[in-house]
Amino acid sequence: MMRFLLLFSRQGKLRLQKWFTPIPEREKKKIVRDMTTMVLARKPRSCNFLHWKDLKIVYKRYASLYFCCGLDAEENELIALEMLHRYVELLDKYFGNVCELDIIFNFEKAYFILDEFLLGGEIQETSKQVVSRAIEASDMLQEVRCCPVGTDLRSVFPSS
Amino acid sequence: MPAPIRLRELIRTIRTARTQAEEREMIQKECAAIRSSFREEDNTYRCRNVAKLLYMHMLGYPAHFGQLECLKLIASQKFTDKRIGYLGAMLLLDERQDVHLLMTNCIKNDLNHSTQYVQGLALCTLGCMGSSEMCRDLAGEVEKLLKTSNSYLRKKAALCAVHVIRKVPELMEMFLPATKNLLSEKNHGKEAELCGLLYPALVPQLVRILKNLIMSGYSPEHDVSGISDPFLQVRILRLLRILGRSDDDSSEAMNDILAQVATNTETSKNVGNAILYETVLTIMDIKSESGLRVLAINILGRFLLNNDKNIRYVALTSLLKTVQTDHNAVQRHRSTIVDCLKDLDVSIKRRAMELSFALVNGNNIRGMMKELLYFLDSCDPEFKADCASGVFLAAEKYAPSKRWHIDTIMRVLTTAGSYVRDDSVPNLIQLITNSVEMHAYTVQRLYKALLDDISQQPLVQVSSWCIGEYGDLLVSGQCEEEEPIQVTEDEVLDVLEGLLLSNLSTPVTRGYSLTAIMKLSTREILNRIKKVVSVYGSSIDVELQQRAVEYNALFKKYDHMRPALLERMPIMEKTASNGPTEIVQTNGETEPSVPDTKHPPLVTQPANQVRACDVWTYHCWGYICVNELHSGLLVIPPMTAYNKNGLKIEFTFERANPNPNIAVITIHATNTTEADMTEFVFQAAVPKTFQLQLLSPSSNIVPALNQGSITQIIRVLNPQKQQLRMRVKLTYTHKGLPVQDLAEVNNFPPQSWQ
Repeated sequence: MMRFLLLFSRQGKLRLQKWFTPIPEREKKKIVRDMTTMVLARKPRSCNFLHWKDLKIVYKRYASLYFCCGLDAEENELIALEMLHRYVELLDKYFGNVCELDIIFNFEKAYFILDEFLLGGEIQETSKQVVSRAIEASDMLQEVRCCPVGTDLRSVFPSS
Repeated sequence: MPAPIRLRELIRTIRTARTQAEEREMIQKECAAIRSSFREEDNTYRCRNVAKLLYMHMLGYPAHFGQLECLKLIASQKFTDKRIGYLGAMLLLDERQDVHLLMTNCIKNDLNHSTQYVQGLALCTLGCMGSSEMCRDLAGEVEKLLKTSNSYLRKKAALCAVHVIRKVPELMEMFLPATKNLLSEKNHGKEAELCGLLYPALVPQLVRILKNLIMSGYSPEHDVSGISDPFLQVRILRLLRILGRSDDDSSEAMNDILAQVATNTETSKNVGNAILYETVLTIMDIKSESGLRVLAINILGRFLLNNDKNIRYVALTSLLKTVQTDHNAVQRHRSTIVDCLKDLDVSIKRRAMELSFALVNGNNIRGMMKELLYFLDSCDPEFKADCASGVFLAAEKYAPSKRWHIDTIMRVLTTAGSYVRDDSVPNLIQLITNSVEMHAYTVQRLYKALLDDISQQPLVQVSSWCIGEYGDLLVSGQCEEEEPIQVTEDEVLDVLEGLLLSNLSTPVTRGYSLTAIMKLSTREILNRIKKVVSVYGSSIDVELQQRAVEYNALFKKYDHMRPALLERMPIMEKTASNGPTEIVQTNGETEPSVPDTKHPPLVTQPANQVRACDVWTYHCWGYICVNELHSGLLVIPPMTAYNKNGLKIEFTFERANPNPNIAVITIHATNTTEADMTEFVFQAAVPKTFQLQLLSPSSNIVPALNQGSITQIIRVLNPQKQQLRMRVKLTYTHKGLPVQDLAEVNNFPPQSWQ
């Protein structure tokens, strides 16, 4: 399973942090510091995999953002790269030509998309369409000002 | 109160801050506003405020005062509130907070909500950060949702169930019935996840699903670069791995499909290689037939030639794991692996190095060593220590000849000498001693190396030691292997003296040099040596000073013994096969076992106190009991510490070795009265600057009429060399009555503490 997923800029500013195991706050800060230091220090054409404590770290740079995840030692690093790529595609589809600013100003949306893609550190849904439709439907639900108790919204928003 | 500012507005404002301090100020102001808004229990803007708080939390500022607000948001009826509330819970709360448990009820309600997206939020939160208690409480709800017809919820419930089972393994039973039906669904569900934990009988079904995936038509939704649902393929392969791991039958059932995936998968993109990689991992882990294993290793071999360095990295890591079990198959790719030593990427180089060492054997040692030595020359400093150690180990195991071995060692010492580990020095010395016929060749080469470069300490130490031992061979110019060089004794002494004086030499190296000089004193350059040795008798370095003083004494008082003491060392027997420290430790003790009737056995030192050079020093002395030598130099008169009521206590002294700050006092208690003194206890106390250690007494009865005595050893550490004073307390029973006395002992002889 994935232990954590971090997004940070080239200056080391954190843009998103998702933790899949319970870790004390101080330790989270330390991990973030370690990751940013390690990844930002990498030379441009090095391989995308690192070893840190007993975890495999997979990172990839997309424009000005680094996507960095920590995996258990038995995980497949190559497929993890694909996972990061899929997440970027989902963000791209949602925001239309996504850039770092989109994620800064809409960080909560980035989290919502991630929560439709991964759950408990594992991939939840492999279809891009299904994820996008779920997010769209949830967004529409937000438009409804109040849901009186008992409203069956399945009639309004059919499940996919 | 004006409406709190919007989230985007806040983000924009904070980003305009030009300094950390400015940002901090803005944040503090906003936090204060948010706090008062919370206090007012404002439902309308709670969501906005918590969102802002989450942003500030991401910047690194504390946000714990928002935890309860997240709970209120979760309990709200508005979907927007719930969304932010759950997000806040996942970011701000974890199972260590007590507040965490308060969520349980909310989640329970939401798991039963009429809107699937709300249910989804609850499942997601539970599956991400539910504690064991929460999982226990809510497992039933999750299980119910596993059976729903709604596939959106089912997949979330499945992954949530995985989390529950991870947290509370005993609950696994509960989920078994539900999962049985999951796999029969004809979809790309993630339910397979759950099943992996459960049934070996699922193997045929999984195999079928995998087959369908690779054979089935194009499914644009799930496709990645032309491969249908690679994520699911990888998942299934992982499951097969878990199921086949210790099960022969399952493993056999998978053989075909694994071979099929291995041969049919497109490898032009990373995605295909990811699937191949997972296949290889599975093949290596289950009980597969050998043909399949060879196939897997060949795939890894092909990976090594791939342009993508990620793939090369992954191949090297996997090969490293299999090199022990499938050694021959991996050997076939040796040349490719050795080529990877020249790769630019640091991680790849390191793995290639480890793998190369694992592949070295008697047949390929010469070729491999050439490559590895070349690598040692050119690699980054971070690799040099490990590479050097690896070379030594490999050379020791597989050296085709002694000369080759010595040459290899020389090469390492001269190219990476400063990175060689300290423990290699005694190892090398032992190796050289044992290659008797190579002594002349070795000492000559080492001498020449010293002439070139005296900065690399391990090289210098080994060289000095050898010159000390085999200096006669060097000077006499007998060398069969190479053109002998002409060296005079004075030149040799020049070099060794140069080491003593050089700033590049560490204290340890200086110790080696001094000892080596001493050993050369069996020749005519005696006067010069005497001069050097006496100069160092007042060196600031305590170790050097001690050695010089001892060697001086050797010249003066024990000159008749000197030649015998400084004789060449006998061949050391290598005791255990494990690491170098063994040798250092046992040398002090195995010496007596080497039969040599001319000399009395060496005093055994406690193994862990003796450093390698200490052992050599004491060897140099030969077999004189060092304590004797010391007491010869420093005779301390005994004294009477206490004499009252028929009880007399005498102290005798020794200065301990190797630490001159310790005085070892032996007390002798005797009794002149007619009755025994029983239950005798001697206690002592010393001033703060000293440390005292009292060992066990020989007995606790002082026999009457001087028929015997009690002896007890006291060790006093006196680092500041202050005057020794002691307060003693004596308790004993005499003629049935308890006696107790206190006394001060001040009349210690100066030699015991100076």
